[in-house]
Amino acid sequence: MSNQLPGALAIGIKRGGLEIKQFFRQKESVVFTLLFPLILLAIFGSVFTTKLAPGVTFSQYFVAGMIASALVNTGFQQIAIFIPVERDLGALKRLRGTPMPAASYFIGKAIVVTVSMVIQVVLLLLAGVIFFGVTLPTGADKWITFTALLISGSLVSTILGVAFSSVPKNARGASAIVSPVVIILQFFSGVFFVFTDLPKWMQQVAAVFPLKWLTQGMRSVFLPDSFAKREIAGNWETGRTFAIIGIWLIVGMVLAIRTFKWDRDRS
Amino acid sequence: MNSVIEVKSLRKSYGDLEVVKGLSLSIKSGEIFAILGPNGAGKTTTVEILEGFRTADSGEISVLGTDPAIRGGAALAWRNRIGIVLQSTQDTAELTVREAITHFASYYSNPRDVNDVISLVGLAEKADDRARTLSGGQRRRLDVGLGIIGRPEVLFLDEPTTGFDPEARRAFWLLIKKLKEEGTTILLTTHYLDEAEALADRVAVMNRGEILEISTPAQLGGRAHAQARVSWREGEVIESEQTDSPTEFIKTLSSRFSGEIPELSVHRPTLEDIYLSMIGATNE
Repeated sequence: MSNQLPGALAIGIKRGGLEIKQFFRQKESVVFTLLFPLILLAIFGSVFTTKLAPGVTFSQYFVAGMIASALVNTGFQQIAIFIPVERDLGALKRLRGTPMPAASYFIGKAIVVTVSMVIQVVLLLLAGVIFFGVTLPTGADKWITFTALLISGSLVSTILGVAFSSVPKNARGASAIVSPVVIILQFFSGVFFVFTDLPKWMQQVAAVFPLKWLTQGMRSVFLPDSFAKREIAGNWETGRTFAIIGIWLIVGMVLAIRTFKWDRDRS
Repeated sequence: MNSVIEVKSLRKSYGDLEVVKGLSLSIKSGEIFAILGPNGAGKTTTVEILEGFRTADSGEISVLGTDPAIRGGAALAWRNRIGIVLQSTQDTAELTVREAITHFASYYSNPRDVNDVISLVGLAEKADDRARTLSGGQRRRLDVGLGIIGRPEVLFLDEPTTGFDPEARRAFWLLIKKLKEEGTTILLTTHYLDEAEALADRVAVMNRGEILEISTPAQLGGRAHAQARVSWREGEVIESEQTDSPTEFIKTLSSRFSGEIPELSVHRPTLEDIYLSMIGATNE
């Protein structure tokens, strides 16, 4: 008889496979997480056909914002809604009662976030290029920034989702609390409108949160460098962007570890 | 026999409310032990402390020689040896029975065979159906399957048959008896007295955070020596008599009636009668 427990990483990878299976079998999650951003792209791309600058269409600006939003949708939103659901259904408590290491659960979540994030980004890029004349960056440095933003942005978004998952009291409350937070942040962060057109106070509120910086970072990838002077600071602020993401990563990690709950509250 | 679960003077309060007041019990290896009691008696808190979900305020607790309050790697090694079936869970809805059980098997060092577990819990025909399509009784049997896949030495069952129809309940009892035959120690909480009677080797009756008595179902509350009640029809009214010797009493009765005694019945106190009188006495 073997007494060796399976490793946390091996179980985590199995959990990832299981999470992906469950994700795609739930129509609501597929529609809500993957399809909804495409519908938004179709609407905004069709309504706003103006040019923001020579060679910069609203669609180009909007796709950059939507890709930043994809990191929030597949990370923060998905995690902060589904963890309370799992908690309500007793899934987390059941797991807590098994020898599954806690790390495996989060590895599984990271895998499902990564897969759904990559799918969503690819879908947005494809739809943008095919239907709305979006042009892709050509320089290697742009793609390096893009990849770094995807990885760090997805990570911070997921960890903040875990931290936020203890806020909703139950499954029903989860989407009612999380969705408005995300939508308001999207408005404030210059996803739906040109950021510099927003009122000053909105810009200042948005600057506290990572989405504004992810959006700006994605603009630095998808918009020509000549557009940088039209940003608030007059440049892309790439260093500051990653610094703020880094700070939120640490804050999120501390909050997530201190507040995570495996069981629903008892009344 | 050595004891698998040993509890001495367990206390637990939530704020000012003391929900477990110095509870002690000892459960032997291979035993089915039932904890009975009304809602709010402290059953769930006690069991959740034994399962390691909650920590006691004071007392000595040992489950398989380990304090359930341990954390870290040692806790995982301990969890590898226990199985927990919680109250009504609805998770893994989008997974098939086989997928869920196969996945949970991967958490343990020495799991049972997945197909064996599926047939043991009577879900062979449902093995490839999604969990959400299962009936209440089937769903509960999946929960048990997930609880026993790791080959636990101790199995915790929290109100396992709530909402079952009588037939499903009988099928479930057979499953639990099979697990006992394999040597699993089982701690059961239930609201159903007939379930405790059918399954448990010993029962503990709990009320207001205290154990009133621990005994076999047949002997609880002096049941084995309790008086029988003989009742029969006398003209228009039902008469009844409490007696220590119902056979003698019926003999005299039958000589009076010279033939069938109308609507004769002999009633011995059920576990439920005993239980209700015990709970009633402490609530007065």
